[in-house]
Amino acid sequence: MVKVTIDGKTATVPEGITVLDAAKRLHITIPTLCHHPKLSPFGGCRLCLVEIKGVPRPVTSCTTPVADGMEATTTSPNLENLRRTVLELVLSDHPNDCMVCERAGDCTLQELAYSYGIRENRFEGERRTYAKRDGNPFIERDMEKCIMCGRCVKVCEEVEGVGAIDFAYRGFKSKICPPFERDLDCEFCGQCVAVCPTGALTGKLWKQKGRQKDVREVETTCGYCGCGCNLTLHVKGNEVTRVDSKAETLNEGWLCVKGRFGYSFIGSTERLTTPLIRREGKLEPASWDEALDYVAGRLKGIKEEHGSDALAGLSSARCTNEENYLFQKLIRAAIGTNNVDHCARY
Amino acid sequence: MNQSEENKKKVIVRVCIGTGGLAAGGKEVIEAFKKAIADFCVDIDLDFTCHYQKVGCRGFCARDVLVDVVDGDTSVTYQGIKPDIAKRIVEEHLIKGEPVKEWLIDDSYHAFHAKQLKILLKDCGTIDPEDIHAYVKVGGYDAIKKILSSMIPEDVIAEIKASGIRGRGGAGFPTGVKWEACRKAPGDVKYIVCNADEGDPGAFMDRSIIEGNPHSVIEGMMIAAYAVGSNLGYVYIRAEYPAAVDRLKLAMAQAHEMGYLGNNLFGSGFSFDLRIKLGAGAFVCGEETALIASIEGERGMPRAKPPFPVQKGLWGKPTVINNVETLSNIPYIIRNGAAWYSSIGTEKSKGTKVFALTGKVKNTGLIEVPMGIRLGEIIYDIGGGIIGDKKFKAVQTGGPSGGCIPAELLDTPVDYESLGRVGSIIGSGGMVVLDETNCMVNIAKFFLEFTQAESCGKCVPCRIGTKRLLEILDRITKGLGREGDIELLEGLCAGVKSASLCGLGQTAPNPILSTLKYFRSEYETHIREKKCPAKVCKDLLTYSIIDAACTGCGACKRACPAGAISGEKKKPHRIDPEMCIKCGACFDTCKFASVDRE
Amino acid sequence: MSEILDDIIARYREKDGNVIFLLQETQEALGYIPEEAVGYFSKKLEIPSSRFFGVVTFYSQFHLKPRGKNIISVCCGTACHVKGGSKIADRVLRDLALSAEGETTEDGKFTFEIVRCVGACSIAPVVLVNNRAYAEMSADGTSKILREIKKKESDESK
Repeated sequence: MVKVTIDGKTATVPEGITVLDAAKRLHITIPTLCHHPKLSPFGGCRLCLVEIKGVPRPVTSCTTPVADGMEATTTSPNLENLRRTVLELVLSDHPNDCMVCERAGDCTLQELAYSYGIRENRFEGERRTYAKRDGNPFIERDMEKCIMCGRCVKVCEEVEGVGAIDFAYRGFKSKICPPFERDLDCEFCGQCVAVCPTGALTGKLWKQKGRQKDVREVETTCGYCGCGCNLTLHVKGNEVTRVDSKAETLNEGWLCVKGRFGYSFIGSTERLTTPLIRREGKLEPASWDEALDYVAGRLKGIKEEHGSDALAGLSSARCTNEENYLFQKLIRAAIGTNNVDHCARY
Repeated sequence: MNQSEENKKKVIVRVCIGTGGLAAGGKEVIEAFKKAIADFCVDIDLDFTCHYQKVGCRGFCARDVLVDVVDGDTSVTYQGIKPDIAKRIVEEHLIKGEPVKEWLIDDSYHAFHAKQLKILLKDCGTIDPEDIHAYVKVGGYDAIKKILSSMIPEDVIAEIKASGIRGRGGAGFPTGVKWEACRKAPGDVKYIVCNADEGDPGAFMDRSIIEGNPHSVIEGMMIAAYAVGSNLGYVYIRAEYPAAVDRLKLAMAQAHEMGYLGNNLFGSGFSFDLRIKLGAGAFVCGEETALIASIEGERGMPRAKPPFPVQKGLWGKPTVINNVETLSNIPYIIRNGAAWYSSIGTEKSKGTKVFALTGKVKNTGLIEVPMGIRLGEIIYDIGGGIIGDKKFKAVQTGGPSGGCIPAELLDTPVDYESLGRVGSIIGSGGMVVLDETNCMVNIAKFFLEFTQAESCGKCVPCRIGTKRLLEILDRITKGLGREGDIELLEGLCAGVKSASLCGLGQTAPNPILSTLKYFRSEYETHIREKKCPAKVCKDLLTYSIIDAACTGCGACKRACPAGAISGEKKKPHRIDPEMCIKCGACFDTCKFASVDRE
Repeated sequence: MSEILDDIIARYREKDGNVIFLLQETQEALGYIPEEAVGYFSKKLEIPSSRFFGVVTFYSQFHLKPRGKNIISVCCGTACHVKGGSKIADRVLRDLALSAEGETTEDGKFTFEIVRCVGACSIAPVVLVNNRAYAEMSADGTSKILREIKKKESDESK
């Protein structure tokens, strides 16, 4: 443990943590854009600069480890001036279209511009413009809004282990793109969308489906597999408009393509609302009692005629562990066979 | 009867084959000598044998190809030699014993050398860089033998610290302190990296040292490795320097063959080997952490410090990164002692520094001077003053990270602190002299174009800040500057300087800040009067023909690529300002000074 | 092509190489970096293509398109700049009828590049023609060299 003083507050913190994390423990907020607590530090946005006693120039708090006796200052006229300059520079190369941006009201950059009151920009100049849109089915990539924080690159590499995108080119021309600037062709887990601090990466499925302020959040568990990831459904009216997950969940906010993008079935008109029984080659609606009686009767009949082992049960990964437990119990105890399996048993 | 070959006296012809020498035809000159000798052999029996020695850069590239003819104890140097002159030298000098006077070096050659103090460059231009024995003969590899037999690593570090040598790559960090930090860093595996990614435009001493004396760098790396406890070194060298890469490869092969590289060197138990990594063209890779990323095969994007490379460098291991010139100094320090080295230079800047003196001086080339020499001495005594006796305006030192120093500060001693005080740096040692025909806004814009293009794009202040700085400078040079632009530049410069991640961004504003400091009125004239006092900024110029001076020869009309000039023969011509693209072809072509540029 | 690439992979494994090594060797062998080569390496070595693309576009040494038969590089380093390097660059553009640095003529005979310091500052301005340095060049001198090469090229094609 080491003792650090930040903005006059002293605390004992574990060795090796960064100044930014130490400040967090002291409930001191330092503005950041490129930092993400679950990804390796980058130090590119330069907003989290702090002054450290004895160090001649400001350092990024997201990359600087604490040292015993360190005295850091997170705000001063000089630091705020630098942050303002940096923000103005970022905004000078950013489309000024918050009014139609999917992320308005839910955007770190917008939030910072708001809190620093940046209306006029001293540094107007050339902006990056890209004509081509990405033709992939899930992720809208509006790279003119990209601030090059690199979070998407890191999540793809460090969390997913895919590496579908990377930094390319250099200097003002640098951009984050798939190889040879082709359309994105990956697992479409959408983690990049989840970590993007601006409107550069959004879901194509939730385009113009509603502002964050109009959305009711409903916590649920993903039904796609036994992992049971926590989902946050964004519901507007009675429609699920987007799926997300919170960082403090068991799945740490990470989701896969199915959990994040595979939700259109929820409101589908083709969904079954009642059991169907096939009679003379035609499916006809039936009540649950009718359907269960029918299934129970057929199972009994087969068991009596051919014995228990003529039957087998196959369950689904979309059921919970508890449901699957009950299912195998039913097959083993009630039907009397060990012929029971599961689609996710690989 | 023929004298036997062995009994004949030996004449040595030494030809410069540095990049300058090669460009001037060094190889062709050697061939011409060989051919001339062979031709004369047919008719007469020569009483000497001719040996050819290829040598590296000796600095005075403006006079290439430089050729020494060494006959016994007498050595004569020729300058500006072309292949067709070789035959005359063979006939008149080698055979008849009469040196060819008109091609001998002149006073400026002596003046060029008078104030220099050559330690590194001494061997550079005299030994054959392609022969390890040539280096051994002048004391090469004695230093490593000495330390392996009689010094512990701590002694070596103490010696280097005592010498006072500081890094020659730009920042001027004390070399011994760097080594000590790496030695003390925990870990069994450590690396030595030689930074030969000489990317500063206007500097070429590292290339010349590797081309002219590659073994001194290898020996320097061995000593550094022994001192910090490393067994493997990397030379990160620009692929744009093919000749240097070849020399280094050859030198390494010879060192291996001699047992100077490899396992258990000189029976001491110390092992050291070297690898070459070719840079792929990115200026930012001269920055330590970007260089490490590049050796690891990644994009050369700098990483945050701390941790410093001496703690966590290449592949996370403690790593010392020294530049070529620094490492090349090491064997000389060990051989001659720290006291000798620290007797040269100033209190805080020890030893000599190699500079690439270029631009508008008469004597351009590579020079080695003791630290503390005055800028004026370099420009006027060594450099011989300004070409065409134009007025000196400024000297740009330190490349894109440095600044421009004006005439009134020519008394400034050249050392780390003094140049820093006047807003520039020693940097890697580029020294570009500017005269009255250079526009300072244009020079600042030139450097910003460079840094902007070379910014890696990782951090905001450098990626977007340098772009905006360039845009402001660009509009000033185009006559679109606004009131307040100077203040805007100053404010943004300050932001980019303190908020950027690495040295590239942190120093990128220096060319603007120093020109603003010393040549502010030039900026003001561009902005307020829309004029370029040095008559460089195209958009601020108008070309017209002075009727009284025009002879109507039609030369300008033929030269104009835009067809903007009209006029009958022998009558004054006229430039159509609408069609003129301001290329200046007419101005350059006119023999009667009848084209006016305002 | 796969034979060449396999050979590069073999040397990569032997020499403990990296992405830059692979790309440098590929460019040496093929003159540029074809997309297929990157795909091949990516599959064989399980390195994402995106990393190759990131490295290729970072370093100015690499080219994604084949270059011309003759490479004309005009140095625009500091020393060359103050002695008029950009005038030479303008002239080359005009002579080769190209609109920007980095382009190749339609017939594939010339590529024009601007390089930033080749370390031959004392003989500035410098023009490199197929890696051979020409000292103290002028716009006219460069035009003359271009004419000579053009003539040689057309003689050869006859």
